[in-house]
Amino acid sequence: MNLELVLPILIPLISGALSVALWRSVRYQRILAVLATALLLAASVWLLRSTIDQGFLVMEMGSWPAPFSIVFVSDLLSAIMIVLTGIIGLAIAIYSLASTPSGHEKFGYYPLMHLLLAGVAGSFLTGDIFNLFVWFEVMLLASFALLTLGGERAQMEGAIKYVTLNLFSSAIFLSAVGLLYGTVGTLNMADIAQKVATLEDPGMVTVVSMMFMVSFGIKAAAFPLFFWLPASYHTPQVAVSALFAGLLTKVGVYALYRVFTLIFTQDVEYTHTILLWAAALTMLTGVLGAAAQFEFRRILSFHIVSQIGYMILGLALFTPLAIIGGVFYIMHHIIVKTNLFLVSGIVYRLLGSYELKDLGGVYKERPMLALLFLIPALSLAGIPPLSGFFAKFVVIRAGLEAEAYVVTGIALLVGLLTLYSMIKIWAEVFWKKTPEHVKSLSLLRGEVKTSHNWAYHIPVVGLAACTLYIGLNGQPIYELAEMAADQLMNPELYIEAVLGGAQQ
Amino acid sequence: MESLMAYVVGILFAAAIYMMLRRSIVKLVIGLIMLSNAANLLIFVVSGMTRGAPPLLPEGADAPLGAVADPLPQALILTAIVIAFGVLAFAVVLIRRAYEVVGTDDLDQMKDTDT
Repeated sequence: MNLELVLPILIPLISGALSVALWRSVRYQRILAVLATALLLAASVWLLRSTIDQGFLVMEMGSWPAPFSIVFVSDLLSAIMIVLTGIIGLAIAIYSLASTPSGHEKFGYYPLMHLLLAGVAGSFLTGDIFNLFVWFEVMLLASFALLTLGGERAQMEGAIKYVTLNLFSSAIFLSAVGLLYGTVGTLNMADIAQKVATLEDPGMVTVVSMMFMVSFGIKAAAFPLFFWLPASYHTPQVAVSALFAGLLTKVGVYALYRVFTLIFTQDVEYTHTILLWAAALTMLTGVLGAAAQFEFRRILSFHIVSQIGYMILGLALFTPLAIIGGVFYIMHHIIVKTNLFLVSGIVYRLLGSYELKDLGGVYKERPMLALLFLIPALSLAGIPPLSGFFAKFVVIRAGLEAEAYVVTGIALLVGLLTLYSMIKIWAEVFWKKTPEHVKSLSLLRGEVKTSHNWAYHIPVVGLAACTLYIGLNGQPIYELAEMAADQLMNPELYIEAVLGGAQQ
Repeated sequence: MESLMAYVVGILFAAAIYMMLRRSIVKLVIGLIMLSNAANLLIFVVSGMTRGAPPLLPEGADAPLGAVADPLPQALILTAIVIAFGVLAFAVVLIRRAYEVVGTDDLDQMKDTDT
């Protein structure tokens, strides 16, 4: 019985249920949200500590032996993702205290947030492919409702695309699970991996692997299936955008990492070449889309797409160094991207717009905020010594070692274009003079209430500190990624850990 | 029987995707419903349509006597149906709200958030 393994799922589930019970009292829901996410963070750190100590944590539901029971497994990648979930959850919970409109809070914002965190944590920890589908749906249903809270026109239009594409991807996922079950007759991921390796004709499995790739590619917003993301991520209120930007697409990336290192390694030549080109085109289209945009959150949304490309590139190169780079990149990206969205929310609060042409002069009024934007922005673009530099450096080094020069060249070019977008935001939002027609806005009259400043700024400062910590203290984080990649590249360890008890 | 069911699954998938490609959001949702049914039927067919007794053990025995049906696909389909039902209920509410807010059911006119 490993309590720490289920706590990251139980805590948000229980606090979500409690929040529903406290439906009438928004005040208690708010206190509960901060407390529960803080507890989640503490539990996730505990999980990471014991995963580092023991290598793998496995828990079998109902004490049935492994291939028959539903298992929860934590390897280092899962544990790292859970820690990031905890960090982002806490940051969003604090930020929501100030930024969420009271109407949204009354209509169940906090229960949905807890449910979303539970779904995300469940997806990271489950060791059963059908259970992964179920956790995906838990997460998606919460995200659908969060996305449409408020019910504005743009939200509805974005939500229809988001819901349709995600339901489509779920249907493909479910069909692929069915086909896989028909082929190997098991749902436990470790058991599937073992049986796939012994199949005489791996052609069918390659077909199924393509279906998984399409399905997770839609969820991760990889090329050419990403267009729902920039159509929807900028529509809800900013805390929800930030939560989605940080966690949701990364669940898709995590699932790709899980199945394409553990299960579908029977035809690496074929599958990972497709992944490689998907990664390259994802990077390129994402960053070009961002360059064409003039709205704060849309630029950031397109950048999610391009950054997803780097993570998939790490997986596609499929060398130990590349996987290290990919894991490192995920760690860095979740923190940085959430932080950027949160900064955009503060700017919106000051100037009342996300359109770059309506923004300006923030540097003069709030130089510290400008600095807080620069840290994640430069980190995203990959300027040393921030976290993004090391993440990009490892991925690109791996690309050069694997002699994938074209893709590596694209990755470098995309880094440059990312810098261009960040400079564009910097110049428009922070540097240029405030446009004439916004002179009447709250910032210049000093009308912005300072009562919630702490709730806006604590998460931003905290996440910027995380970025700086990863950047300035890269070695231990790199070693953590190295250990995680080592486990990913040796799936027999995972299989042994899950099924070991059953075979004895 | 299995080949007939395979055709049914294929036709369902094709029809679902055709409906999803229509411009009306009502047809889009009908397409989604058919898609989830197609996926469920696929699980049912692909895991082997064996005719057998319920997988229950007689008292005192270690293994079932004779041929038994595989209960797992049915459990999967049951779960998937419940999930699909919940999600589709949300989708129906969503299209109603979207129709009220946007004032059209034509997907081509819902492109404020594009570009």
